[in-house]
Amino acid sequence: MNDWALIIYCGLITFFTRFSMIALLKKEMFNDRVREVLSYVPSAIFPAIIFPAVFLDEMGFLQFENNPKILASIIAVIIGILSKNIIATIVAGLAVYWFLIFI
Amino acid sequence: MKSNLKVFFKGVIDVSPLMIPVVPFGLIFGVLAIDIGFTPFETMGMSLIIFGGASQIVLLQLFSGGASSLVIISSVGAVNSRHLLYGAVVSEHLSDLKLTWKIIISYFLIDQAFARSNEYLKKNKEKNKYFHLIGGGATCWVVWQSTTFLGIILGAAIPDKLGLSFAVPLTFLALLVNDFRKLVNVVVIIISGLVATFGFNFIPYKAYVIVAALVGLFVAMILTKMIKKYE
Repeated sequence: MNDWALIIYCGLITFFTRFSMIALLKKEMFNDRVREVLSYVPSAIFPAIIFPAVFLDEMGFLQFENNPKILASIIAVIIGILSKNIIATIVAGLAVYWFLIFI
Repeated sequence: MKSNLKVFFKGVIDVSPLMIPVVPFGLIFGVLAIDIGFTPFETMGMSLIIFGGASQIVLLQLFSGGASSLVIISSVGAVNSRHLLYGAVVSEHLSDLKLTWKIIISYFLIDQAFARSNEYLKKNKEKNKYFHLIGGGATCWVVWQSTTFLGIILGAAIPDKLGLSFAVPLTFLALLVNDFRKLVNVVVIIISGLVATFGFNFIPYKAYVIVAALVGLFVAMILTKMIKKYE
């Protein structure tokens, strides 16, 4: 599949998840239980992006030594817990990461 | 009744504070897409056609890891499944609209616009209250397209060794800040992360994102049920 086809398919699937909820979904379709479980979708899916990117090296092997991303992520989580602020979390993580790789 | 334009600008004003985190997100996306090897046209095309931050970053991440198109598309679908949650809430306010408006709003309906407009839709009864949603969505759209464009320009100038690829996990981590204090969420986060990390090399077709998400949701289902039992 070429790049443009891929982009268009990803666009379609994104559009239709939004469209289906506006055009098709009715309030009664979801009971409280389904809603409750769906509220965990971000917690279930984002770590699958975060963890491999932090803990694995370019070859896909676990890398604990000489890995500034781990400490930077820990600091970012702490700042996130304390501040509940998206920008502060990103800035703290990047600052620690740059400090560790450049100094 | 307030004029359409007035409601539209109310949406613009209400959503504006939420645009601050979108700026670095858009920049990072533009820079990374160029870094991975997409052309400036393709990068701009992604923001125009997909118009969804998380979807676009997942696309980049899996594409650079060599995942197949099918896996990329279904992972993007999985990331978007969180939108289904909003449907039950917002659709009741929009049920009388024409199909054209429903299509336009669907394109614009991203997390930030939804969050702000949902409060407005609940409080107001005017027929044209959906213009609030369009105002908020349009604001997000302008910010997202212009920061993507800036990222494309910066992408050519920023050196590789800045390690901007780390900005991807960091951005997603930041999106979870409100979940770090909740026990069930923390358990789900750790289990999903471990499944993805250890499954990275073993789960075929780079489907680790989907597998980890399903395991995480399953755990959430069990835990929330257990908590109810003991309450």
